Amino acid sequence: MNAIIKIQNLQRTFEVGSEKVHALKGISFEVNEGEFVSIMGASGSGKSTLLNILGCLDRPTIGEYLIDNVSINERSEDELSTIRNRKIGFVFQNYSLLPRTSALEQVKLPLLYNNTLSDKQCHERAKQALEQVGLKDRMNHTPNQMSGGQQQRVAIARALAGDPVMLLADEATGNLDTQTSYEIMCLFQKLHDKGKSIVFVTHEPDIATFTERTILLNDGLIVKDERVETRSARQMLESIN
Amino acid sequence: MKIKNLLKIACNALLLNKKRTILTMLGIIIGISSVALMISLGQSSTVIINNQFSGLGANLIMVSNVRKDVMGVVVGTENMKNMKLKDVEAIRKRARHIAKATPCVTDMEQIVCGSHNCPGIMMGANTDYLDISNSKIEKGRAFTIQEEETAAKVCILGQTVVKSLFPNGENPVGKEVRFGKMPMTVIGTIAEKGKNMTGDDYDDIIITPYTTVQKRLLNIDYIHMIMASATSEEVSADAVEEVKSIMLQMHKIKPDSDPDFEVSSLSQILEMIGSIMAVLSAFLVAIAAISLIVGGIGIMNIMYVTVTERTREIGLRRSLGAKNKDILRQFLFESAILSLAGGIIGVIVGLLLSALVLFAFNMGFMVSITAVVVSFVVCATIGIFFGWYPAKKAAALDPIMALRYE
Repeated sequence: MNAIIKIQNLQRTFEVGSEKVHALKGISFEVNEGEFVSIMGASGSGKSTLLNILGCLDRPTIGEYLIDNVSINERSEDELSTIRNRKIGFVFQNYSLLPRTSALEQVKLPLLYNNTLSDKQCHERAKQALEQVGLKDRMNHTPNQMSGGQQQRVAIARALAGDPVMLLADEATGNLDTQTSYEIMCLFQKLHDKGKSIVFVTHEPDIATFTERTILLNDGLIVKDERVETRSARQMLESIN
Repeated sequence: MKIKNLLKIACNALLLNKKRTILTMLGIIIGISSVALMISLGQSSTVIINNQFSGLGANLIMVSNVRKDVMGVVVGTENMKNMKLKDVEAIRKRARHIAKATPCVTDMEQIVCGSHNCPGIMMGANTDYLDISNSKIEKGRAFTIQEEETAAKVCILGQTVVKSLFPNGENPVGKEVRFGKMPMTVIGTIAEKGKNMTGDDYDDIIITPYTTVQKRLLNIDYIHMIMASATSEEVSADAVEEVKSIMLQMHKIKPDSDPDFEVSSLSQILEMIGSIMAVLSAFLVAIAAISLIVGGIGIMNIMYVTVTERTREIGLRRSLGAKNKDILRQFLFESAILSLAGGIIGVIVGLLLSALVLFAFNMGFMVSITAVVVSFVVCATIGIFFGWYPAKKAAALDPIMALRYE
């Protein structure tokens, strides 16, 4: 299996005033291509810090992080931006859509920061991504014309549009009711089936059961990293209906 | 990111907040329109003044008397007797940059024709006067050398005099008029030249041979003034110097003592007026520029608000792969577009206003290229200058903090 994420002895220390806060105290794991991993932990466990580093928004203090065999340690800000643009697809808890902007334009956004794509390619890719999340007929709708679930689908389409090596979801179901959460998880499972690698950060054990592997963080260390039996979100959906 | 996309994003952001955009632009519109108005008015009036004076002949040079203290009595220029015909001869013969020169003797009397009369200003000069003063014969003819030599009782009338004496539109040529007590024959009229801005009426004049004024009216052998024309406008300053040195010699005045004459040229006067106008319009433009700075501060203010408001958007863009410079450019483009759009509207408003003002005062309007160019350069500079710090702030935001910003 080809590992898309390799993390070795990762530490992250913050200096708050004169005090040093060790958010991550040396963790190591790998994520293989096509894996669906959830990262769990209570608040303060270092979950967000890990997420920021995984998303190339932050750099480790000590340790190595390779994404798609590229080390991010010695990268400049601009290079990190390019890595985020080409290799990572973010999905946020609050959807993070631009107000009064059509779904198609939202999905195009990351593609605009990729100078290697032509206008036509951007348009085609954005359309395909929206079709993938089942919003073919909502392309010209603005966020306020869509439900929360639909907005999160637009966000997922936006994450998919750049064809990243990894989808990085941060509490992607946190703002949604149970049924809609299951719908979104269903979509993630579908994408996983198609071979997408997904890292899903959540604090809800219920949601984590839809993934195939769970990494549990506590106090800056990995306390559990195990394969779990994957529940089918589709079946769950059918059972509550 | 491609420039085209940046432009689109900036325009969309501005259109999302139409009211705010318009209000912010208003500052720039007012500033630029007042700058454009001032520059345009300044230029137009300078051109108009130049045109008026060049009615006199732009290479005109005048030698006139200066008031002088004669043993405790300050003598008026009209009573000074030291300018002579030989001075004119000397200038005509020796000055290389002088094309033509004429002695001038003036007299004022009531001029009468039949039942009509008016105060007349008589200008006695030689046959070159019409050329020097840039005057054209409209009807009849100019006087001849013979008439000059014989002090003939002939005269040429300006249009103001024609209108006063012949209000019914008859042809004055050949008519008999009386200047004071002396009867004269009208041999011609001069085409209308108009007034200049100080109210001097170039048409209120009667021209006659200087000999006639000297011998028949005043009984004097001196002259009041010398008028000459430089060979071209460019050498006018040299011509003035030449005439000065010749006059100093002729009047036997040592270089370190005060001369009893004064040489002035129209181009000198024009230059003086030009510099006064330049200072005046620079002053007005400076005042207008203050409103522009206020407008610029308005842009800066609103850009700071925008950056704060859109912190999350900036975080999102950074997470999607926007580089620092992409964010910097996005906001810089916004402020530049804001300022340039305000500038375009401002220039149009300013030029319309100046057209209105100029038409109201019956002066010709011309589009001042300087005003347009200056306005655009200033606008772009303001947009970038005042947009720089907010954009810098936006670009420097930490993406993690920006994403979490509530």
